[in-house]
Amino acid sequence: MNYSEKVMEHFNNPRNMGEIPDADGVGLVGNPVCGDMMKIFIKVNKDTEVIEDIKFKTFGCGAAIASSSMVTELIKDKGMTIDDALKITNKNVIEELDGLPPVKKHCSVLAEEGLQSAIEDYKKKKQKNG
Amino acid sequence: MSKRIYLDHSSTTYILDEVYDEMIKYLKTFFGNPSSFHSFGREVRKTVEESRERVADVISAEPREIYFTGGGTEADNTAIKGIAYANQSKGNHIITSKIEHHAVLHTCEYLEKKGFRITYLPVDKYGTIDIDALRDTITDKTILISIMHVNNEVGTIQPIEEIGKIAREHNIYFHTDAIQSFGKLPIDVNKMNIDLLSASSHKIYGPKGSGALYIRKGVRIEPLIHGGHHEMNKRAGTENVPGIIGFGKASEIAKKDMENNAYKGIGELRDYLQKGITEKIADVFVNGHPEKRIPVILNVCFKYIEGESIILKLDGKGIAASSGSACTSGDLEPSHVLFAMGVDTALAQGTVRFSLGKKNTKEEMDEVLSVLPGLIENLREMSPFSAEFEFPREAGPRVKHKH
Repeated sequence: MNYSEKVMEHFNNPRNMGEIPDADGVGLVGNPVCGDMMKIFIKVNKDTEVIEDIKFKTFGCGAAIASSSMVTELIKDKGMTIDDALKITNKNVIEELDGLPPVKKHCSVLAEEGLQSAIEDYKKKKQKNG
Repeated sequence: MSKRIYLDHSSTTYILDEVYDEMIKYLKTFFGNPSSFHSFGREVRKTVEESRERVADVISAEPREIYFTGGGTEADNTAIKGIAYANQSKGNHIITSKIEHHAVLHTCEYLEKKGFRITYLPVDKYGTIDIDALRDTITDKTILISIMHVNNEVGTIQPIEEIGKIAREHNIYFHTDAIQSFGKLPIDVNKMNIDLLSASSHKIYGPKGSGALYIRKGVRIEPLIHGGHHEMNKRAGTENVPGIIGFGKASEIAKKDMENNAYKGIGELRDYLQKGITEKIADVFVNGHPEKRIPVILNVCFKYIEGESIILKLDGKGIAASSGSACTSGDLEPSHVLFAMGVDTALAQGTVRFSLGKKNTKEEMDEVLSVLPGLIENLREMSPFSAEFEFPREAGPRVKHKH
């Protein structure tokens, strides 16, 4: 099995790896029993709803780590609002990584779901706090 | 990149120079078909039969009890299906274990669909089969016991002499998949009451695509492959002559190595690596039997991280090992062997197998020990899990290992 150079580059130099201690939204998806789990932290500007910071922590294979790194880069580089961020799909992640082996597609799905889960968490907290 | 370090010998080995030198002659100069009566055929037949003697010698068998195959998987298939189909009138029950190689497990699953009943014996936390459970599951319908000699993932050595004795007492055929032990551990098919044994060439510095099945004389099997009268009607098809010659030479060298106690030194290197890893890195668990384990295998779980990512990082440093992790196999299930041994499923995802060979050195182990702690730390920093955020207990769907 071969990973693209882009996957290896992100695996070896992951972007936005770490935690945001006072995150506005946290998404936790996957299951270590199945081999991958992703935690995504976001910091959102309450007025503009732009995602100002995003970080990840991932337990998983090379593709899972590279997908996490890529999805955070897609958001952070573009200064996306949460609505725009919700339009990001696993296909975008795969394209940006110059492809993933077929058995690794689920890793990109996890990245999409991790991001969505963090945004949902943000929305829930926002509603709760008025 | 500096010199690469190969620690994946249980997957495959390189070919020794002496083996290569023998083989190359049979690719070019001696090209005859060993079944031919002319001199081109006869000169090849002679060497094929010498190779048969060399393979037989490793396990104290007679040359005519050795049948060459296209590798270990074919030997396993031939043994199990061959005995099953030849003994249908006697019974339909086969006993194997939960930790066999897929070459055995998937063959047994196939036979289940054909109406055979299979018992998959459990193992203890070290990966040793339960002898009492074996005794208890034998019925008057049992026709075959197939238990591996050494497990390919964790290296645990099974009590095959005891199993052979039980099989003989009950008049049941005993097959052992000896692919990891052939040429590395002493085997005597007579003392151990083994009726069928699978061996492979490319695990002992011979070529790939070459293996053998030992079948005790008088034991009848249904052949898997039909055709000409090759291999005494048990395996049709013109012989893979260079493969057989290479296997023969590799067997001869392996026997000498065993006599010279070569595996003692490899075992000391393995223990040195194990000691270094467990001392330098926290939350590490060694799998397999502490003593009854083949000296070449070290199987380790690194908690909180996943195996493939460790393999990739090691590969980046020129170090080759393998992982039994779900992601590599693509089926999202971690090793069936560790599962049977009761290793926590999340922990099992972080497994790495180092398997050593004849040319590994202490310097290479030192190199691994100098880079590994940093790699593990780096991956653990990336992981959401730690002692503060533990793996969830039995979270989500259970893995669905069949046995």
